[in-house]
Amino acid sequence: MSVAVAVPERVVRRRVDAERGLRGALLGLFALFLWVFLAWPMAQIVWRSLHDNRGAFIGLGNYVRYVSTPAIGVSITNSLGVASVAMAVTVALAFVYAYALTRARIAGRGLFRLVAMLPIFAPSLVSAIAFVYAFGNNGIVTRQTGFNVGIYGAKGIVLAEVFYCFPHAMLILMAALAAADARLYDAAAALGASRVKTFMTVTLPGVKYGLMSACFVVFTLVITDFGVPKVVGGKFSVMATEIYNQVIGQQNFTMGATVSVVLLIPAALACVIDRIVQRRQYALVSSSARPLAPGQGRLTNALLFGYCALVAAAILGIYAVIVGASLVTRWPYNFAPTLKHYRFDTIGGYTPLLNSVGVAALTAVVGTVITFAGAYLVEKSRTAAAGVLYMLALLPVAVPGMVLGLAYIFVFNAAGSVLNRLYGTLAILVISNLIHYFTVPFLTATTSLKQMDAEFENVSASLGVPFYRTFWRVTVPIALPSIVGISMYFFLNAMVTLSAVVFLVAPGTELAAVAVLLLDDAGESAQATAMSVLIIGIGLLARLVYWALLRGVTRRTQAWTTATQEPTSTA
Amino acid sequence: MVRWALTLLVLLLAAAAPAGAKDTVVIYTALEPEQITDYMKAVNKTLPNLDVKMLRLSTGDISARFMAEKDNPQADVIWGVGATNVMVFKNAGLLEPYAPKGLARVQPLFRDKDATPSWVGIDIYMSAFCFNTDVAKKKNLPKPESWADLTKPVYKGEIVMPNPASSGTGYLSVASILQRMKEPEGWKYLDALDKNMAEYTKSGSKPCKDTASGERAIGISFEYVAMKMKKDGAPVEMILPKEGSGYEMEANALTKKGKSNAAAKEFLDWAITDEAMSLYSKYFAAVSVAGFPVPEGLPKDISKVVYPNDFDWSAKNRDRILAEWAKRYQK
Repeated sequence: MSVAVAVPERVVRRRVDAERGLRGALLGLFALFLWVFLAWPMAQIVWRSLHDNRGAFIGLGNYVRYVSTPAIGVSITNSLGVASVAMAVTVALAFVYAYALTRARIAGRGLFRLVAMLPIFAPSLVSAIAFVYAFGNNGIVTRQTGFNVGIYGAKGIVLAEVFYCFPHAMLILMAALAAADARLYDAAAALGASRVKTFMTVTLPGVKYGLMSACFVVFTLVITDFGVPKVVGGKFSVMATEIYNQVIGQQNFTMGATVSVVLLIPAALACVIDRIVQRRQYALVSSSARPLAPGQGRLTNALLFGYCALVAAAILGIYAVIVGASLVTRWPYNFAPTLKHYRFDTIGGYTPLLNSVGVAALTAVVGTVITFAGAYLVEKSRTAAAGVLYMLALLPVAVPGMVLGLAYIFVFNAAGSVLNRLYGTLAILVISNLIHYFTVPFLTATTSLKQMDAEFENVSASLGVPFYRTFWRVTVPIALPSIVGISMYFFLNAMVTLSAVVFLVAPGTELAAVAVLLLDDAGESAQATAMSVLIIGIGLLARLVYWALLRGVTRRTQAWTTATQEPTSTA
Repeated sequence: MVRWALTLLVLLLAAAAPAGAKDTVVIYTALEPEQITDYMKAVNKTLPNLDVKMLRLSTGDISARFMAEKDNPQADVIWGVGATNVMVFKNAGLLEPYAPKGLARVQPLFRDKDATPSWVGIDIYMSAFCFNTDVAKKKNLPKPESWADLTKPVYKGEIVMPNPASSGTGYLSVASILQRMKEPEGWKYLDALDKNMAEYTKSGSKPCKDTASGERAIGISFEYVAMKMKKDGAPVEMILPKEGSGYEMEANALTKKGKSNAAAKEFLDWAITDEAMSLYSKYFAAVSVAGFPVPEGLPKDISKVVYPNDFDWSAKNRDRILAEWAKRYQK
């Protein structure tokens, strides 16, 4: 009551009302954004799947036809099959690697981590192209050893997907393995448990949520990816390529929509379970836990080092193939060095690459602002409407990019719509990236907001400081490391994404990742790898800038804490 | 950061706005990228007032995009897209009849029969096999001479061809086989061919390029890419099948957009000039205006090596054939 003595109550109430109005208006804007660019396009997809190509309502007719066509139905089991196998292999491989990096004292951990991150910097199909160069019918390994792996088909898809998904699983597992309570290990040692027993009863249960999370992320990545099956799938059809065949090959847009909706189901399921699991994870490490110091027996250390060296060498080998193939005249017949593949005459020179950098930078800036401000508004206004928005913000992670791209054609090129102005511009590419990668940054922002003491707001409010000033002066500086991480996440993904934008590029708005796909389609694999090398280079450069920024930011604003956050999954 | 974002946004809007001084023409094409580079040099010199914005995709992709956008067409001009696809556009009412300047020089076979044609052909290309002699030696494969040879068990898993749904080259081969052998015999042949097929690729040039890199032994592609790979030093030979190659015409058309577009017409006029034809003739077995030379290594008179194509039949039966094809081989 003492505050009210200084300022007349009437004035306080008016200001509080105005603030509440502003807050509501901003929340409304956020809701409008999610409605126009996410909910409405998704509704269109579902709506189209219930109609035939002439626009007549046929209920579930398309779905009946879909599951009853044996050739198409096969793609469902194929997709589930490769996704499951790739998931098991990736998580197993990544677990040992992450374990070595977090729990053992081995040399070169920083380097191992960096090398394992490499596949994140390139579009998925690049790993497939590299595997063809190495293990294809006429790949160098095949030629040297005379042993043909038989890469075209399920085997090749699994191989290339494991390579592509490895860093995603590794990052999640590293985070999970890092959060261990040393007291449990002391207790196990005191009780005389063997190392194997300790591993089975302490280590594994401790990271079970991380393991599940990694499984789901990899599963979703594989089942929604179409770059890899496109290149090494051979005659093996999966759901993601099936959408492409229906839409592009047969111009059957309603069937494309139908496959899309079916593809939503496993991805959405994986995502829901993942969210439940994540919520439990938070409570796992209690505040009185003592961090575990890394350390293993000498033999274990040596074995783990050997394993990491092997995996890192394999990854570097694949990258060497990509760089090498881009620099020789005609792989594998003429190894004379040349730079001619870097001229990109046939696709208009460097325009696609510049477009990509521009789109990625814009996605990073606009995406960071929208996700962070959105997360803030949703977090601070505890209403039912905000709850709905929260659920909506979680949806994109389950939406395959191709589905989003298809939906955008339906919505943004309808006759007489005001949204048509966006079609064929770079802006629509930015927006589709924003939505496609919305969930993870949104959750990162939410988590970092939750970690902040609500007292900041309460104190500010009672001192009569409007919420937006508190947001700008207190919240943003505290969360700056997360914010930098979010913008990095948007940038890197926007550089390499393919699935949504492949439907949306227009004359003048070509993108580098799409150029890789088109060049490979046209059989210009050398130019495709050259473009990939440039994409990877820009990604690494951005990563360098990120580290520098993070260090600067941390030194200036995070003196009070030790933890920094970075979004880990790219699902 | 806010200011930075604003600056970028302004730049973006500026980039999205029309170029102003020049006349913009949006072109959708399925011509090979390396040819386009060559043609565009001439276009930029002869028509400096045009600001050409081009989307280049494979025949199937570009057609799907064009059909998907039919409620609000983006393209002004279709340039060098398979005639069978362009006929489908015409039937869907998406084209504006237009007689480009110099139409009289175009041979009758190469144009829409209407007085004011909805489409005008520019070139003919035909199916050809690429054969990697290096791979053949290693695997002891005889050289195939005919379509019939390709079904021999010795070639199992060694052949690639384009998917007829996405590639014009793929469709012309399938259509030609079905016209020559008639249904259902033609389908029986395709069943046998499917048994040897390693993969159906999306684009028409990819089978030959995969053959050139030694990934495959035999690729069913078209004549130009086969010649090109050979010239580039890949160990490949071009084979024109004994029974006759399939062939397809590539055509230009004007999009129906409700407003007249002078720049689009200007481009269509240029696209059948002697300048354009002499450039096309570097790459194709035949062009639509008579009297241009044939590329080295190709037969002087293509009528001797092709099986005559009934374009109307190909266009009319396209949906049915592709559906049947997908049912049989897409799994």
